[in-house]
Amino acid sequence: MNTRSFIGRVAFAGFASLIGAFFALPMLWLVFAPFNGRPTLTARPSSPTLDNFREVFDRDDVLPALRNSAILVVLAVIVVVVVAAPASYALSRIRFPGRNVFLYLLLLLSSVITGSASILPLFLLMFGLDLIDTYHGVALALAGGLLPASIFILKDFTDSIPRSYEESARVFGASSSQALRHVVIPVIRPGLAVIAVWGAVQVWGNFLVPFILLRSADKSPAAVLMYSFYDEGGRADLRAISAFALIYTLPILVLYWIVNKRYGFRFHGGIKR
Amino acid sequence: MPAITISSLTKVYPGGVKALDELDLVIEDGEFFALLGPSGCGKTTLLRTIAGLETATDGTVAIGARNVTGLAPGDRNVAMVFQDYALYPHMTVRENIAYPLRVKKVGKAERAAEAERAGEALSLGGLMERRPGQLSGGQQQRVALARAIATRPDAFLFDEPLSNLDARLRLEARTFLKRLQRDLATTAVFVTHDQAEALALADRMAVMEAGVIRQVGTPSELFHRPATQFVAGFIGSTPMNLLPGTVEDDDRVDVGGATLPLPAGHGVAPGTAVIYGIRPEYVGLDDAHSQGAVPGTVAITENLGSSYLVTVDVAEGVQVRATVEEGHEPAADDRVALTPATRRVLVYDEPGDTLLVVGERQLARQR
Repeated sequence: MNTRSFIGRVAFAGFASLIGAFFALPMLWLVFAPFNGRPTLTARPSSPTLDNFREVFDRDDVLPALRNSAILVVLAVIVVVVVAAPASYALSRIRFPGRNVFLYLLLLLSSVITGSASILPLFLLMFGLDLIDTYHGVALALAGGLLPASIFILKDFTDSIPRSYEESARVFGASSSQALRHVVIPVIRPGLAVIAVWGAVQVWGNFLVPFILLRSADKSPAAVLMYSFYDEGGRADLRAISAFALIYTLPILVLYWIVNKRYGFRFHGGIKR
Repeated sequence: MPAITISSLTKVYPGGVKALDELDLVIEDGEFFALLGPSGCGKTTLLRTIAGLETATDGTVAIGARNVTGLAPGDRNVAMVFQDYALYPHMTVRENIAYPLRVKKVGKAERAAEAERAGEALSLGGLMERRPGQLSGGQQQRVALARAIATRPDAFLFDEPLSNLDARLRLEARTFLKRLQRDLATTAVFVTHDQAEALALADRMAVMEAGVIRQVGTPSELFHRPATQFVAGFIGSTPMNLLPGTVEDDDRVDVGGATLPLPAGHGVAPGTAVIYGIRPEYVGLDDAHSQGAVPGTVAITENLGSSYLVTVDVAEGVQVRATVEEGHEPAADDRVALTPATRRVLVYDEPGDTLLVVGERQLARQR
């Protein structure tokens, strides 16, 4: 190895470590700060204490907020799965003029027009539909944002199912809805698991939509509740925030673990035979 | 009563491609019937139209006495085995076999018993709890067959049933399939592009080209009396010699310099442009001194196992192939003499659409 390439490798390793540390620090903070009696914005181990958690659970709005988040997740994920499965099936199997353009426009618009850009028309729409300050209003709004990408992912899974599967079901007398329920949906289950988990994470972490569309404080999900851990002067209650952040993260980690164990994540179609 | 009757069936795909062109076909009850042809000839479209997976543009399909042209696939009481078997990966073998009965709302106990019986008949006894992914190709095929049998259909439809198996297994499965069809005595139609498979399995077969049937008959009829040059060229494991030429006096045909013998009393007028056909199996090959034979020079010999395929230059640009038993094969550039067996000679008119002469028997048909 010559000197030049050695220096190059050292520089690359140093640079990569720097980037790694940059992204690892917040994680470290999330591990250390909740157990620190006097947390600051630095990640530093201390004599561990559970006082912060005691303080968080003493508040009477924490558990309801977590429950509210769970309600929103369940509602939105049900809408996403129930709508995306037949939609992706139809888009995969029926050829109509402009199908691909339609799919790409759907994906493009949904990723370009993000939450904050569409929040005003969304608010007006929900206001017009009298869905302000309701869970199903928020769940519908969130599900609508998740659907294009979900349909796109699921269509790829559906495309990988040979048509002969459904054709043979049809020759045996199955209707297309039976073919969908008996054959297509069980085969694309890993895809459904992916969009369900991905949707759950998006809904769980979404702050803006419930913040705007929900009026009553007792309906706030966890992401909105965390906002109230700042006092009027904008100072953060780091003890509560750090402990609550950890509690807030755990359900998602558990969800990932369970789904991965049960279905295994795959982000593309393909039949394992 | 015929099992399947197809009358002036036409299928035009949305793009304007005519896959089937006013096709007529009658398949008798209990027959093992082959649809043979090159890819794109419409044989799979025909099978799928019988199944109901494609809708006919015009014409009718009848199964038994029922006109099923407008019926959904599930109402036709046929069972189809797909080229890829279409076994559901998330179901066990037992669930796969019982699936058609589940759709037909048969009770759970009866379903299980029927699946057991069908599985037993195809020696799948020990595999009922496995999933398709854990089976070999041959086992998967037997599961697909068991699933078809369990529905007790009026007819089986097989789409390229052997093409997903490796060569050795294919021969075994071929014999197995033929015995199974004979035991069940249920009408079966299968699609294949492999002429050897069609000859081996079928009771009767149809050769298709460009959406029409060129000839229907028993394998032996199609082998010995192919009605057109296309059928002659398609059937036979070694390609037939098909040589354009002109009929001369003294029962001979001139094919670009060489003269080949015709059977006596062939009845084709001298000067007629024809295509002279003879299978390599029916061309004798001797050393150059044979009397009355066609002389030539060996160009290439190909080993076929127990025989050799010898290509002989008989004139400038004219080659005749002959098969020779092993141990008698000539070397390249040897001078040899060919003797076509005149009773096996086939003569077609110039475009190759009409068979004029079959061996020693002359056909009345003339243009």
